Amino acid sequence: MDIKDLVVVKLKEKFPKYNFETSEFRNELTVKLDKKNIVKVCKFLKENEELDFRLCEDVTAIDWAKRTDRFTVVYHIFSLKNNFRLRLKADVDESDCSIETVTSVWKSANWAEREAYDMYGIKFKGHPDLRRMYMPEEFEYHPLRKDFPLMGIPGSLPLPKKN
Amino acid sequence: MEKLTKEDVNPKILETLLADTDITVEDALENEMILNMGPQHPATHGVLRVLLRLDGETVVSSVPELGYLHRGYEKMAENMSYYEFIPHTDRLDYLSPMMNNVAWVLAVEKLAGIEAPPRAQYIRMLIAEFARMASHLVAIGALAMDVGALTVFLWTLREREKILDIWDILCGARFTNSYTRIGGVANDAQPEALAKARWFIDQFEENMDECERLLNSNRIFVERLDGIGAISGDEAIDLGMTGPSLRGSGIEFDLRRNSPYLCYNDMDFKVITYKEGDALARYFVRADETRESVKIIRQVLDNMPKGDVLLNQPKKVLPKKTEIYSRMEELIHDFMIVNFGINPPVGEIYHAIEGSKGELGFYFVSKGEGKPWKCKIRSPSFCNLQSLPKLIKGYMISDVVAIIGSIDPIMGEADK
Repeated sequence: MDIKDLVVVKLKEKFPKYNFETSEFRNELTVKLDKKNIVKVCKFLKENEELDFRLCEDVTAIDWAKRTDRFTVVYHIFSLKNNFRLRLKADVDESDCSIETVTSVWKSANWAEREAYDMYGIKFKGHPDLRRMYMPEEFEYHPLRKDFPLMGIPGSLPLPKKN
Repeated sequence: MEKLTKEDVNPKILETLLADTDITVEDALENEMILNMGPQHPATHGVLRVLLRLDGETVVSSVPELGYLHRGYEKMAENMSYYEFIPHTDRLDYLSPMMNNVAWVLAVEKLAGIEAPPRAQYIRMLIAEFARMASHLVAIGALAMDVGALTVFLWTLREREKILDIWDILCGARFTNSYTRIGGVANDAQPEALAKARWFIDQFEENMDECERLLNSNRIFVERLDGIGAISGDEAIDLGMTGPSLRGSGIEFDLRRNSPYLCYNDMDFKVITYKEGDALARYFVRADETRESVKIIRQVLDNMPKGDVLLNQPKKVLPKKTEIYSRMEELIHDFMIVNFGINPPVGEIYHAIEGSKGELGFYFVSKGEGKPWKCKIRSPSFCNLQSLPKLIKGYMISDVVAIIGSIDPIMGEADK
């Protein structure tokens, strides 16, 4: 069986009640799921011996600006056994701007989630060390949101204190 | 390095530092201290700041702090066309700029659904492998310098200079090349450049042998790296390490083999792995990989196909300069692409190549406009650095320098 079909079949077999939307573009498989299921699904994908998605390459987010579910959190995971990359997506609304962390599944998600939090303000519930990755801790904005101006906001970056 | 008091350290960082109590050193001095290393420190290879909690000279826990070179490239990419961003990719991993150029255009081409002609693909492989060698040569030299062997740094830089000279002939720039274009490369490889490339690979292995002899028979170098910063393959994957740092832990993961791009499928080369997983193994992987790159470059030069180096696809690829000035159609296309971009279809792609530090990937979300709606740079240095607290835990403060050198982070890339 083709690995793409295998992933979808396995997921539907294991989680018959969950809602999965699959799409394909340029030969890349994307699976969209509800944000409340993300940890369970990730754990299954990693621990299933046939699928073996051991490498979490990246966690990031997309800001859709005017859409109802404003953000989408995107996970890129890679299976060394099958040489296959899978993209997982989960929508996050601005009113409840949070999603469960997957650091319990892959440790590498730690910094990637911190970066997503820094840049988009999405809170990763249960993250062991949710600090800003790049911007200073006192910074109030989330620069990759579409409503943050390209030129920055004057005075938003505090100067270091003089001794 | 300076000693910090509790007031100097951000409370959240302090909490992380103090949370870890796995290690106790019995005969160490009684007072623990928190030491600030960087961001301006010669051994951190740029502006990496590491807060170390020490018990005597042993590192109990550590917190790396990034962001001192954060230029907001992802935000900038969302506000410029795909063409405009090519020069900015030079500034990501500035030791192998050609590699980033190649990674960027491959990702854009995948999104736009076009493919460069064979000769352009071969030239891209040529420059990518040269970039890998250039980067590894600095990594080896700097690592040796960090542990006290200065001569090797000068010798490896001498070799690297020759690669920069080849780039100079190829595209007119030694350092920030911006040589690739969407749908091909900027200009055909000149016969002088190819001749110089052949001359270089013919003499390289002998010179590399010399450098390696200086290091491998140097007891201080070997003993300072042997068994230092060890990590098992499973842990390394869990922490998201890729590239030579992961292959040093015995995992055979190389995107040139695992998900081949360009014409790597036709090339005969070996994926180097060492199973020890320590700093010395990571050095050996890099040293051996330069030789594999030589093998690939030799095959590329031998089998270089003839033909065009730029795709004929007026809606997506910039026309040649000479045609713009003499023909109306080309002038219009040039105007449209420069002003409105190449407008790839609606969709999202992720394309990664095996960069010199590890998996270098770009993730695009396109809304069908000239600019990407979202651009994410998956930089290998960032992900490799995440393993730093794990690698240096329990080792001496002088080993920290060697371990940072052995994972070879480039802050331009890690901070984006």
